[in-house]
Amino acid sequence: MLRASVIVFPGSNCDRDVKTALEAITGFPVKMVWHGDATVPASDLIVLPGGFSYGDYLRCGAMAAHSPIMRDVIAKAKAGTPVLGICNGFQILCESGLLPGVLMRNASLRFICRDVHLKVESDNTFFTKCYRKGEVIRVPIAHAEGNYFADDETLDRLEGEGRVVFRYSDAEGNVAPETGPNGAQRNIAGITDPTGRILGMMPHPERMYEKMLGGTDGRRVFESALLNAVEAMG
Amino acid sequence: MKARIKITLKPGVLDPQGKAIQNALGALGFEGVNDVRQGKYIEVDVAGMSEEKAREAVDRMCRDLLANTVIENYSYELQP
Repeated sequence: MLRASVIVFPGSNCDRDVKTALEAITGFPVKMVWHGDATVPASDLIVLPGGFSYGDYLRCGAMAAHSPIMRDVIAKAKAGTPVLGICNGFQILCESGLLPGVLMRNASLRFICRDVHLKVESDNTFFTKCYRKGEVIRVPIAHAEGNYFADDETLDRLEGEGRVVFRYSDAEGNVAPETGPNGAQRNIAGITDPTGRILGMMPHPERMYEKMLGGTDGRRVFESALLNAVEAMG
Repeated sequence: MKARIKITLKPGVLDPQGKAIQNALGALGFEGVNDVRQGKYIEVDVAGMSEEKAREAVDRMCRDLLANTVIENYSYELQP
């Protein structure tokens, strides 16, 4: 049994996609939780979906990070509930302080919507245990603010603790400035908290979970969560 | 009392929008534009508190929401 909750903010637009993907992959119903609610039901997984919460007013994710439901999301995350933030969800995780750094406007200033290659840098986290370290996967991005920024000290700490999980690469897994679509520092596409249970990523795994969508490389993010939940049940 | 808040990118943080503006100014024929940095300006009207309390409140507003201190600095003036 995997009890997953997807938080819906005004302006979220990938909430139903991620619900569909999760239900197809795990076979368990997913709860949708409105941003104005005070509590998230007991969950094995909380998802902050992609979209344009609050119209991206002020900064992407800044308003959502302070919406009523986030107090409980933050409390549950700190108590160990796994949280997956995709795209706008990653921005919300950074603005709420659950993950370090910030996602700035793409270096090109353009909204970029296309498949990218990602190098899996860690298979030792809650959401990546079904991948193999070093493998290259193909997943789409769709964002204008995915340019990850943090100071060097923070970046070194993330790297040192193995918390950089996905990096933009080419199809062969080479990582260089020109293999990054958005100017993100050190080609960072996804990072975790120190426990590996909170993952923020700009690419959309829920848009690449079955062949009809063009590939299945995103599927294992959700399969990893399911496997963890099953293992936790013993 | 009105707080006039300026939010600017920290030095060293890349500002692609500022760069685009700088290029556009160059294209319009403005010479000698060394650098352009884009920021935000926010006015907040606060009532029913002393200047000291207002300062405390505005400072917290900036830290908690209005600015992201990872990449932005803020400053403000209070006007009666």
